[in-house]
Amino acid sequence: MAEFTLPANSIVKTKGQVFKAPEGATNVRTFKIYRYDPDSGENPRVDSYEVDLDSCGPMVLDAMLKIKNEIDSTLTFRRSCREGICGSCAMNIDGGNGLACTTSIADIEGDISIYPLPHQPIIKDLVSDLTNFYAQYASIEPWLKSDTPAPPDRERLQSPEDREKLDGAYECIMCACCSTSCPSYWWNPERYLGPAALLASYRWLIDSRDDATGERLDDLEDPYKLYRCHTIMNCAQVCPKGLNPAKAIASTKRMMVERRL
Amino acid sequence: MTRLRTPLSQVKGLGSAKEGTGHFWSQRLSALALVPLIIWLCFSIASLPGMDYVTVREWLGQPVTAILMILLIIAGFYHARLGLQEVAIDYISDHALRTATFIAITFGAALLAVTGVFSVLRIALAS
Repeated sequence: MAEFTLPANSIVKTKGQVFKAPEGATNVRTFKIYRYDPDSGENPRVDSYEVDLDSCGPMVLDAMLKIKNEIDSTLTFRRSCREGICGSCAMNIDGGNGLACTTSIADIEGDISIYPLPHQPIIKDLVSDLTNFYAQYASIEPWLKSDTPAPPDRERLQSPEDREKLDGAYECIMCACCSTSCPSYWWNPERYLGPAALLASYRWLIDSRDDATGERLDDLEDPYKLYRCHTIMNCAQVCPKGLNPAKAIASTKRMMVERRL
Repeated sequence: MTRLRTPLSQVKGLGSAKEGTGHFWSQRLSALALVPLIIWLCFSIASLPGMDYVTVREWLGQPVTAILMILLIIAGFYHARLGLQEVAIDYISDHALRTATFIAITFGAALLAVTGVFSVLRIALAS
């Protein structure tokens, strides 16, 4: 059955440290950030940081960098490109998954709560262990497979119409916002591939240059790998790139039915 | 021991079951059958002159009513079995308990469906 007893160190203590804003700050917002250090042996806590927005950039990531640089250097999180293309700073912001670098502070009302991506093992603070997520991506074999050798003197050709089919499927940055927001993925993370891997799989299923479509569908023909999707649509709701994995999964199911009718 | 297996090996697990679309398609097909059958049932019961035992028994004894009712019972319990199996897959993570639940759902649905069909036939064929 569903587990009713929580694993050790999973209950968040509400009382964490409070870092006050400097004297004279007028434009202050409070960031409540999840903190967990596995080496300490203590339960996670939520620390409050009062940030003066007059000396801070407009995005959530700007505030987090300000906290790390000026207030508390022990705060741990991933970030890299700060422009929504690397997917490193994916986290749960104000109750929804998103990228800290493309989420505007002004779009959030009240205190800003920041937690790691849901239902993943935590390495430290906001850094979650995405090993399983990446392995699932690898398992769908995300590369072109063709028994036909490529022409020796040029690339494999694709019509503009066929190329258009890849729009909405190839832009994924693998930030894991979608998969970690999906209840079906929470309940069966080992066996359900999740929206990100299935969107990637669909990207190769509809590629006109790939001729392993049948084998790819064979691999997905499984009650768990594909059919745990119940079109809950959290994936499409949270995707920072505006993609719709649920639609890709529905199209994959349609292909599954098509080939047997 | 699982820690020594590579993440890819853990994700691939026992591979594809090569089944799933059959379940998916059957669930939609039985749902499609249930739409007109449920509408018929609602209208049919609503248009009965009374709700007493004799009236309902006479209604259920008519050939068309009995046939549609048997179809409704079969489609309904088949659909319920498929749906409950989905719920069990979603929420029961223990393999042994999940398997036991599958067996209970299948046997339970079969028992109720056969009981329903037998009851309708007994009324329809007795009159």
